[in-house]
Amino acid sequence: MTTNLTLVILMAVLVACGVTLLLERSLTRILVGVLLLSNGVNLFFLVASGPAGNAPVLGSVGPGPMSDPLPQAMVLTAIVITLGVSAFLLAMAYRSWQLGGDDEVQDDVEDALITRLAERDETSSTFDGGSDGELDEEGADT
Amino acid sequence: MNVNVIIPLPVVLPLLGAGACLVFGRSARAQRLISFGVLSAVVVIAAVLLVRADTDGPQVVHLGAWPAELGISLVADRLSALMLLVSTVVTLCVLAYSLGQGVIEFGRDTPLSVYFPTFLVLSAGVSNAFLSGDLFNLFVGFEVLLSASYVLITLGGTGPRVRAGTTYVVVSLLSSMLFLIAIAATYAAVGTVNMADVAQRMDSVPPGVQLVLQLLLLTAFSIKAAVFPLSAWLPDSYPTAPAPVTAVFAGLLTKVGVYAIIRTQTLLFPDSPLSDFLLWAALLTMVVGILGAVAQSDIKRLLSFTLVSHIGYMIFGIALASELGLTGAIFYVVHHITIQTTLFLVTGLIEVRGGSTSLDRLGGLARSAPLLAVMFFVPAMNLGGIPPFSGFLGKVALVQGGIDRAGWLSTLVVAGSIVTSLLTLYAIAKTWNRAFWQPAPEDLDDLDHRWSSGTKSGERWGSVDALSNLTKLPTAMVVPTLVLVVLGSSLTLVAGPLYGVSERSATELMERTPYISAVLTDDTDAGDDPSTAGGE
Repeated sequence: MTTNLTLVILMAVLVACGVTLLLERSLTRILVGVLLLSNGVNLFFLVASGPAGNAPVLGSVGPGPMSDPLPQAMVLTAIVITLGVSAFLLAMAYRSWQLGGDDEVQDDVEDALITRLAERDETSSTFDGGSDGELDEEGADT
Repeated sequence: MNVNVIIPLPVVLPLLGAGACLVFGRSARAQRLISFGVLSAVVVIAAVLLVRADTDGPQVVHLGAWPAELGISLVADRLSALMLLVSTVVTLCVLAYSLGQGVIEFGRDTPLSVYFPTFLVLSAGVSNAFLSGDLFNLFVGFEVLLSASYVLITLGGTGPRVRAGTTYVVVSLLSSMLFLIAIAATYAAVGTVNMADVAQRMDSVPPGVQLVLQLLLLTAFSIKAAVFPLSAWLPDSYPTAPAPVTAVFAGLLTKVGVYAIIRTQTLLFPDSPLSDFLLWAALLTMVVGILGAVAQSDIKRLLSFTLVSHIGYMIFGIALASELGLTGAIFYVVHHITIQTTLFLVTGLIEVRGGSTSLDRLGGLARSAPLLAVMFFVPAMNLGGIPPFSGFLGKVALVQGGIDRAGWLSTLVVAGSIVTSLLTLYAIAKTWNRAFWQPAPEDLDDLDHRWSSGTKSGERWGSVDALSNLTKLPTAMVVPTLVLVVLGSSLTLVAGPLYGVSERSATELMERTPYISAVLTDDTDAGDDPSTAGGE
């Protein structure tokens, strides 16, 4: 099977940019990253479908090879799904901005709590029955 | 009449039900009736499918009567039907529980009209993933259930939920992208996405390419199944959602990932070179997960970590790639879906009764709520693998499978699984002691004050205060939980037949031919289908 090198390179660039943006903290950038990534993946389906040919509509094209219609159907489905999810992500970014003034993805609060306890080499209050003194320290710290 | 008409129903009915729920968005009563009716019907259908799949082999329907290589096939073999039955029974119980939970009725921070339709869509997605006979439809099933889960996990749009939902959505999106890449690569390699057809053609693919495809699929599914090191998202995102939502997520969503791993590993890559690799993944998932659980002081988080940890048992069974291992894995999935869901529902009740799920703030529940204590104790011991319960039986099967396999690695994983089991017991015992036996902390008000300043936990608990002064648990929530507790315990009573079905499923999976030939060569059924599929 011969593959279209332009498509492969374009796909690689899109996926690379998408992944880079996905690693950002701001939800809007993540969203753009997801969009780029999904477009890259959709191109991959076109690469997977083999060399381009005539439109795959029976009876309307002359002889000669047709394109494979199946990956195109899959790409269409994937595009629709991405559209829906992007809309949701956008709404969530907006909600996050409404609530906190920015759309940054935050760390897990309780994770951070445990990490801090570990850094100070203390045990959690659950560990030894939670005396009041420890809770005070913890409470004062939060 | 061709009974295969009913195969698409577990997908179609909930979707139609979701539509109907939206139409009757203003009437909570109608919504309840519709969702309860639809899910009950699906339970019956799933039971019929399981009986048929067990007696007559895999049941197949080709939608629109397209040939299997081109169209969408839905397949109900023993594994699919079993998963479908267990998942819908659990979903039904959770639905009943959420009917009883005030949250929806009061509309406190939950939009009334959205919950039931979304719940039904989630159920449709899960059914579609279980029944799907081709990779792309599996992807669609995943997306349907994930989209529904995005809505459910951020229900109400409060700060903590949006924060937790963000992580969840982004991770899920990434795994979906990986899955899509895997599908495209599979299509490029073998020219089809129908799993039976892929399985046939995979032999002619070079081993290197096979390995790449296998790794891609494994990574995508492992994120969904929360296999270490791809599990970090789970304990972070599950605990903030409402109790029934967490329960259904914990019970079903990760198991759909496990199901997909079982299906693809056994069907597409029967002579897997990754067995050792998976054994390591299983070991690390078990041990790291349970160590996380031991460190937690919030019951929901603790349970989320045990969830991750026990996924390791299932991966262990799959990694063994023997009939005994698979039998154990399937049995364990059934047990774990029921038990984990029950525990999360009970935690919801604890939250209602004690006003919190933090072990620092709970206490004395065994005295003040004895029924709740029993409802927690039984499934908790079941999870810990105490002998009469099904958790023990599943683990025995897995341990046997592990010892039967030659090599030091599987013995190491067996040792790891026993340690994990003991640590689970430790974590559970800690919860039991602190929440149920120990007297309640005295300065509750004081604590309230201090904790609610700024932390997300304070915010979360604040919303529960309205319910926390209930001295009596709402019956409508207790009954479904009790049903699930009884169901989970009775898995021991039906362990013989259940183990039999698991064993036959495992045999069927290992043989592969029943599945492949049922999908690809049932011309007679395909001939009947235009009338049936046209009706959909």
